Amino acid sequence: MTNIFQKLFNREKPQYISGEVPTVPVTYEKPEDKATITPPKIQLDFPLLNVGCSRSVGLQRDHNEDALFAFTTHLASEESLHAFGLYIVADGMGGHKLGEVASGLAIRTIASYITQRLFLSLLAPKPSPPEESVQEILQGGVQDAHRVIMKEAPGSGTTLTALLILDKQMTIAHVGDSRAYALTPEGSLKVLTRDHSLVMRMMELGQLTSEEASIHPQRNVLYRALGQGEPFLPDINTFPLPESGHIMLCSDGLWGVVSENEIIRLINVSPNPQVACQYLIDAANAAGGPDNISAILIRVPD
Amino acid sequence: METQQISQDIGPEGERDTSQQLQAGTNLEDRYLIQGVLGIGGMGAVYRARDLHFPNVIKLVAVKEMVNRALDPVVRSTIVRNFEREANLLASLDHRAIPRIYDYFSLNERSYLVLEYIQGHDLETLLNNTPEFIAEDRVVRWAVELCDVMEFLHNHKPDIIVFRDMKPSNVMINPQDHIVLIDFGIAKQFQVGQKGTMIGTEGYSPPEQYRGEATPLADIYALGATLHHVLTHRDPRLEAPFSFSERPVRQINPNVSPALETVINIALQYNPEDRYQSASEMKDALLGVARETGILSKITLPGKSAPKSGEGLKPVWQFRCEDEIRGSPIYHNGAIYVGCYDNNLYSLDAEHGNFNWKYPTESGIVSKPAIFEDNLIFGSEDHRLHAVYLRTGKVNWTYYTSGPIRSSPSIAEGYIFIGSDDTYMHAVNALTGRHAWRVESGSPIRSTPVVHEDNIYFGTEAGDFYCLDYSGTVKWRFKAKRAITSSPAISKGVVYFGSVDSVLYALDAKSGWVIWRYRFGKPSISTPWIEENLLFTGAVDGVIYCLEASSSREIWRFTTQHQVTGSPIVFNDSVYCGSVDGYLYCLEYRTGRLRWKFQTKGPITGTPTAFGDIVYIGSTDQHLYALLV
Repeated sequence: MTNIFQKLFNREKPQYISGEVPTVPVTYEKPEDKATITPPKIQLDFPLLNVGCSRSVGLQRDHNEDALFAFTTHLASEESLHAFGLYIVADGMGGHKLGEVASGLAIRTIASYITQRLFLSLLAPKPSPPEESVQEILQGGVQDAHRVIMKEAPGSGTTLTALLILDKQMTIAHVGDSRAYALTPEGSLKVLTRDHSLVMRMMELGQLTSEEASIHPQRNVLYRALGQGEPFLPDINTFPLPESGHIMLCSDGLWGVVSENEIIRLINVSPNPQVACQYLIDAANAAGGPDNISAILIRVPD
Repeated sequence: METQQISQDIGPEGERDTSQQLQAGTNLEDRYLIQGVLGIGGMGAVYRARDLHFPNVIKLVAVKEMVNRALDPVVRSTIVRNFEREANLLASLDHRAIPRIYDYFSLNERSYLVLEYIQGHDLETLLNNTPEFIAEDRVVRWAVELCDVMEFLHNHKPDIIVFRDMKPSNVMINPQDHIVLIDFGIAKQFQVGQKGTMIGTEGYSPPEQYRGEATPLADIYALGATLHHVLTHRDPRLEAPFSFSERPVRQINPNVSPALETVINIALQYNPEDRYQSASEMKDALLGVARETGILSKITLPGKSAPKSGEGLKPVWQFRCEDEIRGSPIYHNGAIYVGCYDNNLYSLDAEHGNFNWKYPTESGIVSKPAIFEDNLIFGSEDHRLHAVYLRTGKVNWTYYTSGPIRSSPSIAEGYIFIGSDDTYMHAVNALTGRHAWRVESGSPIRSTPVVHEDNIYFGTEAGDFYCLDYSGTVKWRFKAKRAITSSPAISKGVVYFGSVDSVLYALDAKSGWVIWRYRFGKPSISTPWIEENLLFTGAVDGVIYCLEASSSREIWRFTTQHQVTGSPIVFNDSVYCGSVDGYLYCLEYRTGRLRWKFQTKGPITGTPTAFGDIVYIGSTDQHLYALLV
C-alpha cells in the first residue's frame, strides 16, 4: 500500500494546456497495480436511480386523495457530477374534495420550491451550492405548502413524505402517517419515518400493542398534518443513501393493508421497479383496497 | 384516509371564500365599529371594535367572529343554536379572570361574540418576546390564579364548565400582571367536517381528550402543559404528544425549584387518576411551593437534592507537571502520553501514574499526540512535528514547519497529516519524517485534520473548510463566516464541525453541500463526537449540547458555569466533558442528567480520554487526573 501512496504523493502536477480550465477530477483514479490490487468494481461516482411509481383509488373509495411526484436526474459533466431525485407521496384528508386539493397543492408547492432553490442551482452556468442548507430548503418548501393549504383549502390537511436524493445522501421531510422504507439486498425492511399518529404515539408510550393498534377505532387520527395547526414542524432527517437496495415511499393504503413480509417479497419479484410497484398496488387491492394506494419505489442497483 | 363527513351535499359551491375579513370601518349591527384585527384563528378573526352606544367615551370591545362552514341547513342552524346557548351561559359568569360577554348575534354564515376588551399580551406572545426564562415566582402566581378560575368553572352549577383549551395563547396577562382567560371552547361548535381524521397539533391536550372526553382533569393536564411550556420555552406543539416526561423542566431550566417541577409532573400524568383530582388541590400544592421556596431560599442551600457532586470523588492518581495542561492525553499499551505547556511530552504508567519519561520540545504542547507503530507523533509550538520512540522517549525524527503547531496529527496509510500556523496542511511520511507535500490554505490551521475515505478534511482560522484528496488536490472548499478551530467529525458520509461564527455545520462529505446548520448562542471550537445518531459538542456559551445527527434537533443541553472549549467524549453510556469552570462533568448520554462532576483547580480546555474503567483529564491546574468511573 505504501508503494501506491508513494506514487500518488509524488505524482506530477497535472499540466494544463493553456486555455483549458483546470477542474476537479471527475473520478479519483487509483493507480494501476495489478499485481496487488483486485480489479475495482466498475462504478460511477454517483448512484444510478431506477424508479417506478403507481397510484390507485382502491376498491372502496370513489375519489383519490393521494398524490405523488417523482423526478429523477443524473447529471455528469466536467463541472459537476450529480444524482438528483425528488419523490413525494401525500395523502389528503378533509371533506368536500378538499383532501385531494390539499395533497395536490402539497406536492406541487414543494416540488416547485425545491426545483427553484436546489435543482436549478445545479444547472446554473457556474454551479454552486445554495446558501441555505438542504434541510433548510426542504423545511422552507414544507412551510410554503403548509401556508398555501391553510389559505387555499382551509380545514383540510395532508400527510407528506418527501425524499430528496442528492448524490449519496438522502433527506426526508415527513408529516403524518405515510411512510418511507429502506429495503436492503439481504431483505430487511426498515421504516425511515415516524408516524405522527395517535396510535403510534400510544404504542411508543407502551399504552397499546401493535395488535390493538391495528384495530383501534382511532388508528387514522393524526396529531400532525400539513395544513393543520400553528406552529408547525416537519421531521427532517438526512441519511446516507444505501449502496444498493430499495427505497419505498407509500401511503397507509399500502402499508396498512399489505404485510411487511409480502412487501419485501413483492419488491424482489421483479428487478424492474415499475413492475414491482404495480404488484404492490395489486396486492393492496387484492386485500380489499379499503383506501387510496400510492407507492414510489426507487431501486439503487449494486 | 377516512374522513367523517357531517354534511351531505358536496359540490363546487362548497368552496366558498371564508378567509375574507371585515375591513376597518365596518359597522356591525349599527353599533360595533371595527377598528382592526386582533388575531386570526381557525374559525375566523377577532377584531378590536368601538362600541358606538357610548358616544362620549371610547369604549373598546373585542368582537370574535366564527364562520359557519356547514353546508347542510339543519347542521347550520344546530350550530347557531349551540353557539347562542353557550354565549348565554358565558354571559352569566362573574369572575375577574373571565372577560365579560356583552352581546352576541349571527349574520348570514357568521356568528359574533362581543366581549370585554382585555389590555396586555397573551402568554404565547409574551413567551415569544422573552428570550430568557420567566422567573419562577411570577409563573407560580399566574398558575395559582389559573387554578383559581378553573376551580370556579369546575364548580359551576348546575353544570360544570370545562375550559377545554388551556394553552398560553388563551391566557392574557393584563397590565397589572394578572391572568384573564380569553377563549372558551365556544368556537369548537364550528369545527364541523374536521373531526375524524385530524386533530391538528394540540400539544397541550391530555391523552383522554383525543377520545373526546373533556373533563376537569383534562384542564389540569393542559395547565401542567402550559406551565411546562412557560418554564422551559419548549413548545409542546413541536414535540410528540404526551412527551413532557422526556424533557423534565429542571433539565432545561435548572432555576426552577424541584418542588414546582414535582407539581407540574403530577398535573401531567398520563392517567387522569394519577393527577391532582381538582383545581383546588393543585392550587394548594402551588401555594405550598410558594411557601417552601420562599423560606428555603433563606435558610438552606440550593441543590440539596442535586446528584452527587463528585466532590468526594478521589482520583486513582494525579500527576503534576510544571505548567498548564491545555491539550489532551492519549492511552496506548498501558501508558498515558500527554503534552504540557512546560514544553515536555510526558509518558506515565496508566495504572499508577508513575513517571516513565519526558521528552522536551522547545515550546508548549497544546494538542493531542498520535501513535504510529512504535512512535509517538505530536506537534509543538516550537514549529516542529516530533516522532519519539514510545518505549524510551528518544527522538526518531523531527519535521519543521514555519509556524507554531497547534493542530493534532492524523495518520493514514503511512502518512501524517497535520496543520500549522504557517497556513499549510502538511503530509509527512510517518516512517521517515520526510516531506510528501504541503497545501497552502491561506490562514493558520489549528483544526485537526480527519482522514476519511481517501479524503482529508480540516478547517482554517479564516473560516475555510477544505476537502483534499491524498495527493493534496482540493476537492471542494466551504466558507464559514468566522474561524473553524473545531476539528471535524465524520459519520455516515456527513462531516460535522463548529465555527467561531456560532454555527455547527453538517456538510455532505462528498460534495461539501450544507445538509443542516445549527445555531449556538456563542462561538464553538469544540470537536463534535458522534455516537449512534447523537452528536455531542460544546460551545463558548458554556453549554454541552446533544443533537440528533440526522436532523440537528436538540435532544438535551447541559449548562456548565463557564465556556466549554474542550470536547466531549462518550465512554460506555456517559458523556465526559471538561469546562473552563474547572469541572469535568459526567452526564448520562441519553438524557444529559448529571451523574457527577469532578473539580480541578483550573480551567479545563482539553479533551478527556478513557480506557478500561479510567477517564484521564488534564487541567490548567498543571495536573493530569485519572478517575475511576
